[in-house]
Amino acid sequence: MTTIQNLSRRGFLQGTAGLTLGLALPGVSLAAKTGAAASFEPTPFLRIGADNTVTVISKHLEMGQGTYTGLATIVAEELDAAWAQVKVEGAPADAKRYNNLFFGGAQGTGGSTAMANSWGQMRQTGATARAMLVSAAAKRWKVPAAEITVAEGVLHHAASGRKATFGELAEAASLEAVPTSVTLKDPKDFRLIGKRAPRKDSAAKTDGSAQFTQDLHLPGMLVAVVAHPPRFGGKVKAFDASKAKAVKGVVDVVAVPAGVAVLARDTWSARKGRDALTVEWDDSAAFKLGSDEILARYRELAAQPGLVARSEGDTAGAFAGAAKVVSASYDFPYLAHAAMEPMNCVVQRTDDGLEVWNGEQFQTVDQATLAAMFGLPPEKVKIHMLYAGGSFGRRACTQSDYLREAASIVKASGTRAPVKLVWMREDDMKAGYYRPLFHHRIEAALDADGSIRAWRHRLVGQSIIAGSAFEPVMVKNGIDAVSVEGAANLPYAIPNLQVELHTPTDIKVPVLWWRSVGSTHTAYSTETFLDRLAAEAGQDPVAMRLKLLGKHPRHAAVLKLAADKAGWGTPLAAGKPGERRGRGVAVHESFHSFVAQVAEVTVAADGSVKVDRIVSAVDCGLAINPDNVRAQVEGSVGFALSAALHGEITLKDGVVEQGNFGDYAPIRINEMPKVEVHIVQSAENPTGIGEPGVPPVAPAVANAIAAATGKWLTRLPFQAAALKA
Amino acid sequence: MIQLTVNGKPRKADVDPDTPLLWALRDSLLLTGTKYSCGSGLCGACTVHVDGQPVRSCITPVSAVAGKKVTTIEAVDGSRVGKAVQEAWRKLDVVQCGYCQSGQIMSAVGLLSKNRRPSDADIDAAMAGNLCRCATYVRIRAAIHEAAKALA
Repeated sequence: MTTIQNLSRRGFLQGTAGLTLGLALPGVSLAAKTGAAASFEPTPFLRIGADNTVTVISKHLEMGQGTYTGLATIVAEELDAAWAQVKVEGAPADAKRYNNLFFGGAQGTGGSTAMANSWGQMRQTGATARAMLVSAAAKRWKVPAAEITVAEGVLHHAASGRKATFGELAEAASLEAVPTSVTLKDPKDFRLIGKRAPRKDSAAKTDGSAQFTQDLHLPGMLVAVVAHPPRFGGKVKAFDASKAKAVKGVVDVVAVPAGVAVLARDTWSARKGRDALTVEWDDSAAFKLGSDEILARYRELAAQPGLVARSEGDTAGAFAGAAKVVSASYDFPYLAHAAMEPMNCVVQRTDDGLEVWNGEQFQTVDQATLAAMFGLPPEKVKIHMLYAGGSFGRRACTQSDYLREAASIVKASGTRAPVKLVWMREDDMKAGYYRPLFHHRIEAALDADGSIRAWRHRLVGQSIIAGSAFEPVMVKNGIDAVSVEGAANLPYAIPNLQVELHTPTDIKVPVLWWRSVGSTHTAYSTETFLDRLAAEAGQDPVAMRLKLLGKHPRHAAVLKLAADKAGWGTPLAAGKPGERRGRGVAVHESFHSFVAQVAEVTVAADGSVKVDRIVSAVDCGLAINPDNVRAQVEGSVGFALSAALHGEITLKDGVVEQGNFGDYAPIRINEMPKVEVHIVQSAENPTGIGEPGVPPVAPAVANAIAAATGKWLTRLPFQAAALKA
Repeated sequence: MIQLTVNGKPRKADVDPDTPLLWALRDSLLLTGTKYSCGSGLCGACTVHVDGQPVRSCITPVSAVAGKKVTTIEAVDGSRVGKAVQEAWRKLDVVQCGYCQSGQIMSAVGLLSKNRRPSDADIDAAMAGNLCRCATYVRIRAAIHEAAKALA
């Protein structure tokens, strides 16, 4: 989703450069309209109650990445609130007030943009509220505003000894005019940003009280479990619901475009009912190829020139005169997001629209989709954003698939009850919207001294963006920007370079962004191939990269930091007899953040790989919450290793072969390496950290495996058989 | 109607005897801290204690726990070990999405109830049944050591 960010970044910078960004809400200062004590809402992002509670309204989904805490930290910093008085609540769907500044007019969370696009906005919010509280206190105490200090949620006038809490001043502050400009803090005065601000969701997520969509129980609510066709594009031909309807608790059975839905009073009854259905499927228009056949087609395509995504110099000419040509091909499978909370949502038809409860990641797209289904204006689709039990991109579905499914059940059944759609694990894993299967071919032309004269990189894979609302801005001249991100912007100084793309349109497996998107495959092929070229040239992989990164100081800085902290160049302790050990490195930029990782691995005689340690160096601009940056990188390491070591969704005759964690296995605690995270001190504006820790992990591990065994792995997940001693 | 003792209180669940304990807890008793994720005993998100032992509630028929004591995440702070684990989790900010963490905590309490000074290998053995897709494993390990220290 990098391109959306780029497209709108200019607007964001224009807005914040002068730090006088007009806040979105006209009318602005809103005293609470209820009879209760007035609260103070200086902007759509903040409410201060008479009870002294500071509530930050998050326009972004909290799906684990720490967004609620991060946004609250920024507001609390400028507001000088006490951390303990700060709470966070999810914003409603309303793109006019809560759009992602990097997504144009759309509201949504993704592309590691939450902190980056909110940075100026949240600072402005905190500073505005602070100024209005100070102004209210100055009037009440009849003292100059400049003499009032604010700390830990208390305003203080030293000369007169007067003090007041935010809560005591909330109502008065709500009557103040909103200042047209405010002064933001000098970063040297930050006391929360860059320090430790404990997560706001830790308590609720450790006592069972956190509300996920799965946990909702609304009055009269029905639960829907759906029988889906076994193949993508399959349809219902006929079904027999008699046994399903005989299950105690089952209320209704309806056919919908996605399959046959069983509605029941509770989840287990709905599931039993679903399993009791007899459905005959119409596969006449379904997609019926297997992964092997898809890959075979992609290999053929990779032998042909593709659309040019980037071209420097004269690549063809440079190959013609090369001393040596090195090439490699890479295979990447489909990957499921497999969030711990399977996809779900609650949809209710109301008198004037729809009400939705969801781990909501893409408000504007989902509102438009659901509104169209019911002939409603989008604002009549009211969405409650709840905690998501993971997403990794899945809940930002370009086609709103599971929401559309739930809404179609509501429509087909005609019920006015809230309907909770629950996907069983198998439904979730087989539902598609995978990280696309990709095939890459890279060739390099080398001079006699091993230096890289030319680089040709061909990628083959389905477009995530084609057919979505983003196609007009994110697909240019047939190139889907996210298919080639990480490849087309290869940072290395290579005089002749060409990146080409094939985008097959006849493969009908639904695909979607998956934590770090295109970089999940481009970082692997480019960074392992570069190591291969370093080996060809007899050069040290870190030294060679640094030589080629002259114009990319932030890449170089994280690379040096990771290498230094990992003891690059020092001998690695030997393994047990029969074990081979190695160290490998990779560096990659994604979402405007820079991450280098050094992996240490042990390869057993049977070829199994144990990743012992990952040393990470991170430059994500100013780290708002360094502990969360560490947490995200730790988690990214585990997420990336799951794919490198085990993750693979395969199709046979169009049917997905995996269904649960037995055959699609994220890593477990016994496979988790030691992780060190080193953060570059930076004064640059914050960039993302939810995703950028993922891409360098697999190539660093592969390079370490090559150092240990001499074998270059070109297929993910790694195959132990290839590494037998 | 199934009679249960949940978090120290007698409860009744109006479900068939073969209904998994998970769904009786979540949909009948509205104790939603115990999570559904795999439904097959593969991920541990549904872990509760039955007579003090960690059990996968998604594959345990509710009839199998009649007359036994069920403890869920909602009451985990009722024991000294549970309280220590919960505090360690908060102190180290273990959680990310949080969906698996009820199960992680219940398994960790099970481990520390039997073994007050677990090694990393002990932790791996006791916790390998609990998946975390956010891969908070580094901190889960650290928090178990932290809780062990607090209990020593």
